[in-house]
This record gives sequence, C-alpha cells and structure tokens, in this order.
Amino acid sequence: MVRNTNRHFKFDWITIILFLLLAGFGWINIISASHIGEEINYFDFSQPYGKQLIFIFLTFALIVLLLAIDAKFYERFSSVIYIISMLSLMGLFVFGKNVNGATSWYGIGGMTIQPSEFAKTATALAVAKYVSDLNTNIKTFKDQIQVFIIIIIPAVLVLLQNDTGSTIVYGAFFFVLYREGLPKFYLNIGISLIILSILSLKFGGLITTFISGILIFGYYFFNRRKSNLLVFILAFLLSAGVSFGIKFFYNSVLQPHQKDRISLWLRLEKDPEKLERMKKTFAYNLNESEKAIGSGGFTGRGFMEGTRTTGKFVPEQHTDYIFSTVGEEWGFLGSSLVVIVFVLLLLRILHLAELQKSQFSRVYGYSVAAIIFVHFFINIGMVMGLIPTIGIPLPLFSYGGSGLWAFTILIFIFIKLDSNRINEW
Amino acid sequence: MRQFLLYIVIVLAGLLFISRLFYLQIYNPNSNNLFEDNAIRKVYDYPKRGFVFDRNGELLVSNQPSYDVMVIPREVKPLDTLEFCSLLKIDKERFKEKYKEAYNYSPRLPYVFIPQLSKADYAVLQEKMRKFEGFYIQKRSLRHYQTSIGANVLGSISEVRNRDMENDPYYKSGDLIGREGVEASYEEILRGVKGIKFIQKDRFNRNIGPYKDGIYDTIPVQGKDITITIDAELQAYGELLMRNKRGGIVALEPSSGEILAMIAAPSFDPNLLVGRERSKNFTKLFRDSIAKPLFNRSLQGVYEPGSPFKLMNALIALQEGVMTPNEIVTCNGGYHYGGRVMGCHCAYGTRNNMVGGIMHSCNAYFATAYRKILDKNGNASEGIDKWSSHAKSFGLGNFLGYDLQIGQKGRIPDRDYYKYVYPNTFYSTYTISNAIGQGEVATTPIQLANMIAAIANRGYFYTPHIIKKIEGQDIPEKYTTPKHTTIDKENFEPVIEGMLQVYKQGTASALQVPDIEICGKTGTVENFTTIDSTRTQLTDHSIFVAFAPKDNPKIALAVFVENGYWGSRFAGRVASLLIEKHLKGEITRTDLEDWLLRHTLEHEYEKPYSGEPFGINRNTTLEQVSPEEYKELKEELAKLNNQNING
Ligand SMILES: [Zn+2]
Repeated sequence: MVRNTNRHFKFDWITIILFLLLAGFGWINIISASHIGEEINYFDFSQPYGKQLIFIFLTFALIVLLLAIDAKFYERFSSVIYIISMLSLMGLFVFGKNVNGATSWYGIGGMTIQPSEFAKTATALAVAKYVSDLNTNIKTFKDQIQVFIIIIIPAVLVLLQNDTGSTIVYGAFFFVLYREGLPKFYLNIGISLIILSILSLKFGGLITTFISGILIFGYYFFNRRKSNLLVFILAFLLSAGVSFGIKFFYNSVLQPHQKDRISLWLRLEKDPEKLERMKKTFAYNLNESEKAIGSGGFTGRGFMEGTRTTGKFVPEQHTDYIFSTVGEEWGFLGSSLVVIVFVLLLLRILHLAELQKSQFSRVYGYSVAAIIFVHFFINIGMVMGLIPTIGIPLPLFSYGGSGLWAFTILIFIFIKLDSNRINEW
Repeated sequence: MRQFLLYIVIVLAGLLFISRLFYLQIYNPNSNNLFEDNAIRKVYDYPKRGFVFDRNGELLVSNQPSYDVMVIPREVKPLDTLEFCSLLKIDKERFKEKYKEAYNYSPRLPYVFIPQLSKADYAVLQEKMRKFEGFYIQKRSLRHYQTSIGANVLGSISEVRNRDMENDPYYKSGDLIGREGVEASYEEILRGVKGIKFIQKDRFNRNIGPYKDGIYDTIPVQGKDITITIDAELQAYGELLMRNKRGGIVALEPSSGEILAMIAAPSFDPNLLVGRERSKNFTKLFRDSIAKPLFNRSLQGVYEPGSPFKLMNALIALQEGVMTPNEIVTCNGGYHYGGRVMGCHCAYGTRNNMVGGIMHSCNAYFATAYRKILDKNGNASEGIDKWSSHAKSFGLGNFLGYDLQIGQKGRIPDRDYYKYVYPNTFYSTYTISNAIGQGEVATTPIQLANMIAAIANRGYFYTPHIIKKIEGQDIPEKYTTPKHTTIDKENFEPVIEGMLQVYKQGTASALQVPDIEICGKTGTVENFTTIDSTRTQLTDHSIFVAFAPKDNPKIALAVFVENGYWGSRFAGRVASLLIEKHLKGEITRTDLEDWLLRHTLEHEYEKPYSGEPFGINRNTTLEQVSPEEYKELKEELAKLNNQNING
C-alpha cells in the first residue's frame, strides 16, 4: 500500500488552508446567526453552532479516513459508489423524511442525512470515470447521450424530491464536459437559451423574436462566407419557438412559487397587492438579507453585533442566508474577503486539475471546482438579490452536517488524487 | 480557450459579487444608521413641556395627558375593521384613507392613526387594543390653557408636518411642535429634548432587549418653564374691551421693553386649538376671511399711523434745529402750498407753538415743520433721507427684532423709495402727507407703541420682547441693551408737554384719569377698501397712543381700532382704561368702560359686504350691542374683577 513514505508532504496545503479558513469562518458566522441572548456556551450541542462544532470535529476524522484510502480506490469503485448513491436517492421516496416540503432527508436517530449532498460527489466520480475511459469520445453524440444519462438521473431524482436547487447544481457538469471536448455548439445553445428566456419573459416573445431575427440575419449578411442560409432560417425559427415556448413553460409548467421567484427577479409583477404579498413571504428573506448586508457598511458591525442577525430577521440565516451575517457583521471588507477566498480556492482546484496527468483526476478535479462554483454563485447571488431565490447552501459555510461532509469528501478525494499525481507513472 | 472558460466565469462572478457588495454596503447611503434600522425599535420618552407663567406668576399654560392611536402598517394583521372603526368612531373610508397615509409615510415606522382620543374613548379602546395587531396607544402630553385669553401671544402646538421634519431631523412623525406665539419662539426651551431608547427587535417584532446594553440610549431633558412679560389681567381686560371691535393694541413697559399686553381683536380661545378638535377649529378660524381671527393685528396689521406720527416730525424738527418750541405757525384752516390746500380744523388765524400744534393736532403746523426739515439744506432729496433715518432710529420701517415670529416691516420712505414716481425733480411738497402720518408712512401697532416708549424714555428704547424669565437661564442680551434714537434727550420735553396737554385740554380731555398724568395723542386715519373693483372709502380708523405717568413712565401703548371714526372715540377710551388698570389696578372711569362694552363696530365691518350703499364718518351711526350681550359682557367683567380680588 505505502508507495511513498513522504506522501503527507504532497498534499496541496494551499487548498487545505483555504478549506479550513472557510469552514472556520463559517462556524463563527453560524454562532452569530444562531445564538440566542448574550450568553454563549460553545459546547451547547442543542444549538446549531454547538452541533456544527461537532460536525467540524467529525470532519477531521473524515479527512484522515479519506486521505488514508488508496487513490486508485476512488477510480476503481466509482461505478459502485454512483449506484449506491442513486439507490439512496431513490430510497427517499420510501423512507424519506419531509422537511420544509422537500423529501430529501433520512432520519437516523436524532440526526438527518441528506443523500443528495453526497450524490454530487458520486456523480462527479462517475462522470470522471466515464469520460476518462479510453473508449469514450465526448465529441460523439452516442457518448454525449451516455454521459448525459449519468448526470440526468440524480438531477431528476432530486427534482422529484422538490429540491430544485440541487437539480440546478448538476448543470455544473456542463463546464466539465466542455473542457473535455464537448462541441462548442452546446455552449452557444446554452447561452442563447438563457438570453432568449430572460428576454422573452421580460419583454415578450414578439420583441425577442424580432431582436433575434435582426441579429441572426444580420450575422448572415455580414458573414457570407460558406454559410448556408437554411441553417440561419432554422436558427431563427428555433429561437422564435423558444421565445414563445418559454412563456408557455413559465405559465403552464412552473409551479406558482417558482414563477413568483422569477417574476420578482425580473420585476415582472406590477400588481402592488401581489408585490406586497411577495414581500411578506419569500421576498421578505431577500429584502431582509439585502438590508442586513447593506447595514454592514465598510467594516461591518462586528462579531455578534449585527442588529438583523441578532434579531433573527433573516430566516434560515444560519443555513442558506449565512452570507448575510457575514455582510452585516464583517462589512464590505469581510464579505469581499470571503468572496476572494472562494475564488482563490476555486482557481487553485482548477489549476491543480489542469496539472493532473490522469484524465480521471483532471475530470474529477474540474467537477469539484464546477460544483463548488455553482453553489457559490447561486447562493451568494441569491442572498444579494442578483439571481432568483433558489435554496442552496453556501459550501463549507452553511450550517449542516451533510453539506459540510459532502463538500469535505468532494474536495478531499481530489486532494488525495492530486497527491498521487507523482506516483501515476 | 476551452480550459479558460471556467477560470473566466469564476473571476467574473467574484468581481460581480464584490461590485454588488460595494453597491449594497458602501454606495447605498442608508446603511449603518440606527434610526433607519428596522431591527431596532426606537422608543421615545417625551419630557414634560415647560409651563408658561405671566409676569405676576400666574400659570397660563400647563399640560394634560392625551392618547393617540398609532399604527405600524407592516405589522398590521387582518382585523375586524367594523369593530375597530366603531371603537374609533370613524367610518371605513376614513380608516382606509388613514391607513394609506400611514403606509405612504412608511410601512415600518409608527404613524399617528387617530390623534388625541377623549378619555372615555381611551378607556374603552385600551382594553380591546390587543386584538388589533400593529395598532397601539401612545400617551402624550397636550397643552392645557388655564385661561381663555392671549391666543395670539401664547400660540399653540401641533403635530409636526413633513416640512418640519425636513428642516430639523430632531422631529419624528407624531412629535409636537410650537406654532405661533411663545410656543414657537421658545420651542426648544419649552420642548426640552426627548429621550430615546434603542431596543433590539426580532423578526416577529418582539423586543429582545436594549440594543448594545443601551449605550446609545439617552434620557430626556425636561422642558424649561418660562415667564412671559404679559400681564394676564391687563391682557384679559383689553380683550374684553375690544369685544365687537377689530384692531390691535400693544402695551409696553418703557423701562424694559417688556410687552405688557398684546391684543389682537377679534380674538379666540386658545383651547380651541387643543386636542382632536384642533384641525376643525383651525380651519374654521383660518377660513374666516372677513374677521381674520388668526391675523395678529397687533404685530401684522400695517396701518398709516396718522396724527401720532406728528410727534415724530416735531422731534425731528427740533433735532435738526429747523424749529424752536416757541416758534409760532399760523393756521388759516389748513396748509396752503402751490395752489393746493391741506385742510385743518383749526379756526382761521389760530397761532400755534409746538405744544399747541400737538394739542390741536394742527396740520398746518406739521406741514410747515416737515417742509422745513426736508428743505433744510435746500435739497429735499437729502432732507427726506435725513428725516427717514431719524424715524428709523425709533424702530420704524423695519422689523423690530422682538421674540415673536410674525411681523411686518411697516414703511418709512426715503428718497430711494420715490425714485420711480419722481425720477428727477423732488420737492418737499410732493410728500407732504407724511407730515401728518399719512401718505407713504405705515406702521404696525407694536412699532408705534415702541415709538411711544422711546418718547417716554426721552430718547432710547429696549427691543420689545415677550420673554421675562427662563428657568435657569438669562434672557438674550439684545433685550436688556438700550437702543438710542438719533434725537437728543432735551428735545423730547416740548413734545411730551404737548402730549400732556392733549389730555389736559386737547383732543383727549374727556378721557382724563384722576391722579395720573397721561401723555397721549389721538389719530384719525382715512382708509379704503375695494368693493367690486371700486376703491371705496370706509369710516376712519380710530388711533391712540399714550404713555403714563409723565415722569418715570410705567406703560406706553398704541391702540388701533378699525373704523372707530376718530381717535378719542374708541381707541382713546381703551388706552385710558388700560393705563388706569395697569397703574391703579382698578377702574374709576367706569363710564368709559361701560361705554366700550355697550358699543359695537360690527355694523361698520359688515358694510362693505352688505352689497348696499352705506354712509361713513359723519353719516355713520353709533350702535349698541343687544341687552343680552351687554349683560354677558358685564358678567365677564365682574368675573374678571372677582378673580383679581381673589387672586
Ligand atoms: Zn391747524
């Protein structure tokens, strides 16, 4: 088993330090967001901050375990891990516990475990395994379909459990596949879809179709070399279809609460009474969290001094809205620092991924960065009102054992793979 | 390129977030202000508003509790509006209207929903209040007037308006602020400083405890009591005498500039402007465009002073050395100049020296004096500027600087004033009306009273003021520093002698008061109004100025009674009685008193609105009040006298 006695020194300490910084600072903010009254007993395990402390300690045990397992294990058993993970997701339909409208939890004793958190890691391993297979060529449609199936299964399973946020996270694999050679066509389609959807929801299908028509045919006339008019006509018809189709999708497929979120984000709702109602329900969180962040000013109000944090104005502040505590208590300095540390961690993982000689490790590393990035982007974007409200935790920061452990596993498998880089050949 | 997509996306996301943080935390101004922070409940502790006492220590204004229904719109839960409205005695429309108002002010800040409940309503509502979330009752202190007089002096308090809050951020919605009178002038002293407690709320709006252990909390500073210069007894007496008349009276103490009484008729009971009825009553008073009870005639009424201004011309003539006291001016029933004549009621060939000129109010005498002043150096332009600056040294033609917030400048013309009418040549005869206090000269009652005080003092005055004492604080120095006129002391004696003779044998000889040497001067001023765009003359104003006693004067006053016909007819009577009241404390000339109570000028005031042709001056009649009203007035007088005996 032991091939290199010095392997402890091959772990990427930069990643580990950034990881610890985030988890530690996350805990500090969970204290602020969840403490009641002036007295704080850090070891009061009935309180979220006490529990989180246990989770963090258990994390260290988990890390030791993850690093002790042979790197090859992860690659070899990736399919098994994936299958087990999918079974655990399906099992929720039978044994799941309903919390806040989502059946994404197993209750074991006093604890709850959220298998969807771990399914991301399992899917990352499976995708890495499949893409790195010598027989796989991601440029072929057949393999694209296959890898799509690997990704879509957990995505659909969590969607069925009403966990929209987690479903969207599986979109992260797009970045991975694109890096590994997925045709540019998909990127263009993806970006066009997003732009078309937003435009047609905001300005209506007719205007959007008109604009896209001008752009598409304008492009055709100014770039006449080897272009086929038929392709452009098709593209135009498609975009028209999407422009009108999205309205139908929005009106008939989306559930009312999802529609509300989008309409608030795009400021579609004009009825003042309806807006008022929104402000009292889900938009309340957003409003309060923006105000909490705003009240932090440049340097923040200081640890446990935030009035909105202390007054528990932001519901779920220790989970999805934890970043608003950072904003209120640590101000522009502290919150920018958190953003920067996240960006550094992501860039570091990406950088390491590019250094991998094994494609499996590279794809996996890329998946880690992409998954964390999507969480980071959606969560902080939502808390600051930049994107529609989607419930999704901030990695390493938000309260919760499942989340913390799932991200620990996700990251430390990669650290282990990376440490093995030297020994690959 | 493929490798870089995610790198770029990550860095862009980081930049986007930092810019958003910059926007929310630094660019956005409302961050970090405890007052803007809806997580912090601000509880105000209103101090007691200072009391107001009159110069003799009689309590005029104190406080009474009042209860406001407050609303915080965001915290309102669905409620039984029908029950709520019936408890508040309002209809549903009003409810909706008020709610919208509150919401527009701010969904999260308290707003006065229904101000000043009656005690009975409060008792009923208090028990049921818990049913109506988002509404609560706030106790506040209202003014309690111990008297029905002096509304124009005392002023009132009312809720702050948006403008007040913009001008001074101290004020928050629902705070009270002094309007008019001493309430406005001494607002900050009377008000004190409200205390504030910052209380941490949770999102269910429950109090968790003091914010940061209360280190930002402040305790209220009590409002200070003030004593004003008004003599409530004199004020009440003056207001009673002015019943059924219109006009303004200001009585000053020459040795200090203290305002002893300031009467604006018609007056109203200050209690009308307290409590829930305030706005209704205010509107009523405000809309009365005929009697204009809110128009403070004693400070804002600008009248031509008429004959009292002759005193000023006499003083200037002496000071400029253009006339001596013994110089004789012969009056041939008027003053003839350039083929025109300014009439006078002297018999043909009357020879007047200065005392005689004043005593008989001879127009010819003062026209001569005025022309001599202006033509002293052969240049009327220079002369009128000299004349103007002497008059202005008495506080005429500009704001006096007293401590009440309303007033008028009046007018003392100078050469510059005439530059459009007479751009080139300018002769003294052009402005001859100024000689007799008409033409372009205009004063307010308080200015004229101040002029008389300066004469009484033989050359100086103290800026008139209403404040006598502030608890633990000196009154402003400007009220205790004498201001000197440009007239030398010795030049006052002939003028004062003339004023004394007005009482002894002149136009006011019928108004003498036993044992008091009063110096006075009558005035009768033409006045006009516009009826159907025609300039129409009304009965003359009755004006009287006086001070007493002649030596060591205690009171100087100016009385204007609109359309009272001639000076001694109404104004002179009022002046004599006020002087006697102030100096003796009781009235011996009850005949004058009775005459004033019995007679009314309301018929004069109705004439321009009657739509009928009407007679003035010589063709007017003297009318009496109804026997019932006379009886009422007598009863009020008796009550007043009783109070004095008891007090
Ligand atoms: Zn004459």
